[in-house]
Amino acid sequence: MSLLARRLFPFIGGGRIAVVMPALVVLVPLFVVGLSWLDVDASIWLHLLDTNFFEIVNNTLVLVAGVAVGVFVIGVSLAWLTSMYEFPGRKVFDFALMLPLAIPTYVLAFVFVGIFDYTGPVQGLLRDLFGRGHWFPNVRGTLGVVTVMTLVLYPYVYMLAKSAFQAQGRGVMEAARVLGKGPWGSFFSVALPMARPAIAAGMALALMETLADFGAVSIFNYDTFTSAIYKAWYGFFNIATAAQLASILLLFALSALLLEGRSRKGRKIIQQHRVQNRIPLRGVSAWLSSVWCLVILMIAFIVPVCQLIVWGIEISAEELNSRYWALLGYSMLLALSAAMITLLTAFLLAYFSRVYSETWIKGLTRVATLGYALPGSVLAVGIMISFTLIDNTSTFINESIGWTVLPLLVGSVVALLLAYLVRFMAVAFGPIDTSLERIKPSIPEAGKSLGESSLGVLWRIILPMLTPGLLTAGLLVFVDVMKEMPATLLLRPFGWDTFAVRIFELTSEGEWQRAAIPGLSLVLIGLLPVMILMKRSSQK
Amino acid sequence: MKAYLSLVKRYFGLSLAVCAFIMGVAGVAPLWASEQVVVYSSRKDHLIRPLFEKFEKQTGIEVKYITDKAAPLISRIAVEGKNTSADMLITVDAGNLWQAAEQGLLTKVESDVLDEQIPAHLRDPQGRWYGLSVRARTIVYATDRVTPAELSTYEALGEPQWKGRLCLRTSKKVYNQSLVATMIESLGEPQTEQVVKSWIANLATPVFSNDSKLMQSISAGQCDVGIVNSYYFGRLQDKDADIPLALFWPNQNDRGVHINISGAGITRYSKNPENALRLLEWLASKDAQGEIAALNKEFPANPNVPPAPQVVSWGTFKADTINVEVAGKLQVDAIKLMDRAGYR
Repeated sequence: MSLLARRLFPFIGGGRIAVVMPALVVLVPLFVVGLSWLDVDASIWLHLLDTNFFEIVNNTLVLVAGVAVGVFVIGVSLAWLTSMYEFPGRKVFDFALMLPLAIPTYVLAFVFVGIFDYTGPVQGLLRDLFGRGHWFPNVRGTLGVVTVMTLVLYPYVYMLAKSAFQAQGRGVMEAARVLGKGPWGSFFSVALPMARPAIAAGMALALMETLADFGAVSIFNYDTFTSAIYKAWYGFFNIATAAQLASILLLFALSALLLEGRSRKGRKIIQQHRVQNRIPLRGVSAWLSSVWCLVILMIAFIVPVCQLIVWGIEISAEELNSRYWALLGYSMLLALSAAMITLLTAFLLAYFSRVYSETWIKGLTRVATLGYALPGSVLAVGIMISFTLIDNTSTFINESIGWTVLPLLVGSVVALLLAYLVRFMAVAFGPIDTSLERIKPSIPEAGKSLGESSLGVLWRIILPMLTPGLLTAGLLVFVDVMKEMPATLLLRPFGWDTFAVRIFELTSEGEWQRAAIPGLSLVLIGLLPVMILMKRSSQK
Repeated sequence: MKAYLSLVKRYFGLSLAVCAFIMGVAGVAPLWASEQVVVYSSRKDHLIRPLFEKFEKQTGIEVKYITDKAAPLISRIAVEGKNTSADMLITVDAGNLWQAAEQGLLTKVESDVLDEQIPAHLRDPQGRWYGLSVRARTIVYATDRVTPAELSTYEALGEPQWKGRLCLRTSKKVYNQSLVATMIESLGEPQTEQVVKSWIANLATPVFSNDSKLMQSISAGQCDVGIVNSYYFGRLQDKDADIPLALFWPNQNDRGVHINISGAGITRYSKNPENALRLLEWLASKDAQGEIAALNKEFPANPNVPPAPQVVSWGTFKADTINVEVAGKLQVDAIKLMDRAGYR
């Protein structure tokens, strides 16, 4: 029957629609952004090319390269240590190293500048000890911004690489050792290549977020492509030029994704059965491992959170009023709903893009994850324009029939949730897709041969095997939605203020310390899903 | 495994039901409720909420609002067109209001009340927007290393004696764009470019991303002078009353201190123009002006209302009475000039 259906409707047959629909939702706003090329303002382009265009391209490349190296080294090393070895504190580090994910980039950037800049405690102490003339690297420069972005984004690589290493098990490593490779050799020639799809997916997320970041780079006043986008929009009030610049940024991201996909072609990594006995480390190597994990955890999480707590205590009375609970409620509600919807859509996308082998399906799938590389505000405007078109058309039609209907989409929760879906599709897609990749084809085949229907195979075999991937995806989206600022600001219904909105209001007035309470709240709520994830993985 | 599956099924269904419920609520949320006025504001919640609550109490008109940066709000009004739910736009900086008016998003208001309360240089000559509060962008200096006698004008901060002693905020901030725009109007473009270049040559450290950080750096000794908005200095005073910094009012012998406004206009496609006008007139009245200014340590736009005691303590000064719309007209030129001068 299903064969017949596929013959009859080759394009809409079966689950293809599940790929086409979400891809369309993402494509419409991207298309709107692309349309901006119909209205080119030559004078602004000439000005950009004349002054700092090449500088910002260069800065962007340096930032991306720096963060790529940073998240790779930190993410992979931590994942390898915590998944393969046993050392003091390993159980705590296991989940604690995910925590920096809950800190918004802009918050860490501010805390970092606060601690290390001229007016901060570190340089203040140096001045007290050595007088004024001492040397210190420029904190508000390339080094600072790369460090902050790396510390916030490495958990993407850490989480995905970790699940890959755990899935590999020790067997392959032991095989490599038996065949004469040393511990480092077997890591580089066996473990790392096998985990490559997962690491690449994590790095793709980290780098797309780096490309789209505006908050941190503006705190460091480090001019990147996004700075030019915002200058065109906020300064020149030329939204078309802003969108044109954004579409170039999008091309960057797309080509990187295609390159990554191509280099992966032909590799297929299949899930092993997991036997997890970690190798116990002793002596110096054990302590070095602990220290490395601790150092990263300290600077990426403990120190900034302590700073937030210190600031938060001073102003807790002002901030912890009845409005606080409303903020909490809206933040949770939006993040939960968005996580559910995005998870469901990303699963359909990932699953059915594997069921069908056509190239155009694969292409659409890639496109559907591009929303993450657009700066949030540009995407928000693209979505707003698309929705307004729908709204205006429907009011026009209604008016011509003689009904009066007010626009429903813009300023409604639906618009906001769709915006989150478009933006965070990539975040959910990565973990789900890599987990799907590791499922042995023989397992669902076995299920079918035992008389289970396709749906039954999906529901009773594939979904349960995907649990870790789905949970990771859900956690990432939940935390990301909580932190999301530009789309929430522009598209939220009246009164739907979240913690991110509150942080925006305070920080844009320069009141960074008062933003500590909503900032800390984001971190605390981010802890909840991390705890759930940890509990689940320790049960296994 | 079975237990897990039923768990997943139960929670996923439940959560989807919650989503559906939210959407249902949002779908019927009545945008056309009784007496109301809808405000898009780039002035932040804690600076407008107390006023709106007061207005609601006095008139029974409900004020609904969202806050965001000015450019996205203006884009939203433009994109929504005739269907916009906004009745009023409140933003800081005349440059933003000028843009909104220029794009045809604001309507002309004819109100003797407003014309009486708000001085001519603080409102649109065509009546599309009105200033509601005034801030000065002025010079701040370290009292232990600089005497007021050494200071005179904005331009003089480019002189060699300030080499390695000046701190500035980024040129991306609209406050600096407006300052340079008014300088272009008064001094002409070539001379302004010279001045900005001489500032850059005097910088002690790369430009800052906000005024508060800049002032803390002056107080810590990284530099000795800077240019900031007056209310940021007030906030710093609240935290540390003895901070060794003071404001200096420059250009007293020529055009005066650069001032800017926060202000409001009524949208062209407002659904509640009477209520919007009522709110605007109320915000300009003696009732509201003191509080608008005091909430953010600014000067009232209405000259009949005195500023808060703390603001008065900074002394009186001659302000530049050039119409603030210049900030909008010359904003693009100002940004291009600063880019050329290497002011990041």
